[in-house]
Amino acid sequence: MKGNVIKYERDNIDTDVIIPGTYLKIHDYNELSKHAMEGLDPEFHSKVNEGDFLLAGKNFGCGSSREHAPIALSTCGIKAVLAVSFARIFYRNSVDGAFLLPIEIDEKTYQTISNNDELEINIEKNEIKNISKNETYAIKPFSEIIAKIISAGGLFKYKK
Amino acid sequence: MNITEKILARASGRSSVSPDDVIFANVDKVMIHDVSGPGVIKVFDKLKDQGIDTSKLHDSSKVWVAEDHFVPTAEKISAENIVKLSEFTKKYGIKKHFKYGMGQYGICHTLSHEEALVSPGEVYVGGDSHTNTTGGLGAFACGLGHTDVAYVLLNGEIWFKVPETFYFKLNGKLPEHVMAKDFILKIIGDIGTDGGAYNTMQFGGSGIDEMSVESRLTLTNMTTEAGAKNGIIEADEKTIEYLHQRGATNINQIKSDEDAEYAKFFEYEASEIEPIVAKPFSPDNITEVRDVSSIELDKAYIGSCTGAKYEDLLAAAKILKGKQVKIRTEVLPAAISIYKRAMQEGLLQIFIDAGAMVGPPTCGACCGAHMGVLAKDEICISTTNRNFPGRMGHIDSQTYLASPLVAAASAVTGKITDPRDLN
Repeated sequence: MKGNVIKYERDNIDTDVIIPGTYLKIHDYNELSKHAMEGLDPEFHSKVNEGDFLLAGKNFGCGSSREHAPIALSTCGIKAVLAVSFARIFYRNSVDGAFLLPIEIDEKTYQTISNNDELEINIEKNEIKNISKNETYAIKPFSEIIAKIISAGGLFKYKK
Repeated sequence: MNITEKILARASGRSSVSPDDVIFANVDKVMIHDVSGPGVIKVFDKLKDQGIDTSKLHDSSKVWVAEDHFVPTAEKISAENIVKLSEFTKKYGIKKHFKYGMGQYGICHTLSHEEALVSPGEVYVGGDSHTNTTGGLGAFACGLGHTDVAYVLLNGEIWFKVPETFYFKLNGKLPEHVMAKDFILKIIGDIGTDGGAYNTMQFGGSGIDEMSVESRLTLTNMTTEAGAKNGIIEADEKTIEYLHQRGATNINQIKSDEDAEYAKFFEYEASEIEPIVAKPFSPDNITEVRDVSSIELDKAYIGSCTGAKYEDLLAAAKILKGKQVKIRTEVLPAAISIYKRAMQEGLLQIFIDAGAMVGPPTCGACCGAHMGVLAKDEICISTTNRNFPGRMGHIDSQTYLASPLVAAASAVTGKITDPRDLN
C-alpha cells in the first residue's frame, strides 16, 4: 500500500469532527464523503487522493458509534488511518466493515512523519517505509482476531 | 470473575473467561434507531449484492426499534428514513417498534429502562454509542456500528475481546446539590476521554447503593465519554423494584465473585464531590462550577438520554419553581412516559411558567441534528453528554456539560451558576 500522508497534529479527533451529527441522516456514501473531516478541515475531501493515509495522535475516532465516520473517510480515498491510539467503536467499525485499516504507531513515529510524506505500508511485515525520508518504522501488530477479519475482507467474510 | 466476565462467560458457553480472551457472545437484545437502522439496511443491501442471505433475522423477538435522532422528522431525508425503518420492521416481523406519536416513544436508551426492555445479566447491543447506559441495570450493554449490528441481527452473536474492569467505588451519599452527573464528570476529568478505553467501568460502594436507578444510569451513560466498552452496576433490590414496576418478571441477579479481579481501583468520597462542568471542547475538560461562574450564556438545554430522565426534570423544576429564566431555555423530556409524569406532577407547568420551552422527546440538538442547534459563538449549558467542536451545532458554538441542577440555576441567572449560590 503506497500513498501520501495528510497529517493533523491533534489528539482526540472525535466523530463529530470526522462527520458532523447533522449528516447522520445521510446513507449515500458519496454524499457523506463530501463532508469528511468537515469539523476540522472543510477542504479535506478535495485534498485527498485515492490511497492516501490520514495521520493523527491519540484516541482517534472517539465519540459516537456512527459508521458514517470510517465510511466518509474511505469513500474519500483514505486507505488507512495511522494514529497513536484509536477509540474502540471507530476501530472495530473500520475493520468489521472493511472500510480502512486502523494502524497503531508509537508517539515517536507520529512525531517523525510529516504532512505529504510518501509512505509504503506493509501489514504482513508490520512495517512502514517512509519513501520521502528514507526511514522505516514499526507498526503495532494487529491482534489475532483483527488480523483474521482484515485478511478475510470484513466480519461477514470471516469464518470462525 | 466479576459481573462482566460472568455475563460474557455465560453468553459464550464457557465456564470462565479472562481479560483479552476473544469470544463470540450470544446476544439477548438488539436495538436500532432512525440513524443506525437505515445504516443497517444499507449493509443488508450490500450483503444481498454479495449473495449473502438477508431474508430472515436470527430472532426478531430480540430486536427493538426506536425513533429518536431526527424526530419529529427534521426534513425530507429524515422523513424517508422513518419510512424505511417501518418497512424494515414490517418485513422482518419486529414487533417492538416505538414509533413517535404512537403510544410510548422517546430516546432509545431511555426506553431501554422505562420499558424494561433489557434485564440484568443479559447481553445487549445497540447501534448507538450510549447503549452503555443500560449497564446501569446490571446488563452487559455495549454500542456497535452498523456492520456489527447487521451481523448480530443475522447471526445472533458477535465477537468481543473480554475487557479488563476498572472499579469505581463511591463512599457515602452525594450531597443534595450534587448529582450523579457531577460524579461521572469528575471521573472522566480524572481518567480522560480515553481513560476507560476498551475496558469496563464498574461502579459500586455505599454511594451507589444509596443512588436511585436513574442516577446510576447517568453514570453508565457517560462511560462512553471515557471510551469504555461497557459500564455496569450490579442489580439490587432497587433495580428489581424499578423493573417490576415496569412489567418485568423473572429478573436475574448476577453479582461479582468475592475474589473477582479488577485491573484498576478508584475510590471517591461523596462528601468531597462538588458541582462540576465540562468546558468546551471535551467532556474531560472539567472544573468546579464556581470556577467559571462569570461565564455568560446564551442558552440552557435540558434534554437527552443523559439529562432528561424524570429525576433530572424534578431537579430542574426544584430550581425553576417560581423563577424566570434569563436565557433561552429548552426542556425536552427523554421519553413520552416521562413527559406525561412530569405533566401530571406539575413540572411542565413550572418550566412553562418560568418562560422555558417544553419540547418533545428527541435526541435533537444534543447531537446537532435539529430542534435547538447552536449558532456561531453561542454558548450553551447543557445536561447532555458531549461537547466536542460542533457537537450541538456550529463549529464555533460552545457547550458546557452540567447537571440539571446547574443547568437550571444557570438558566435563572444567565451565567454558569452553582445551585448553592442561587438566591
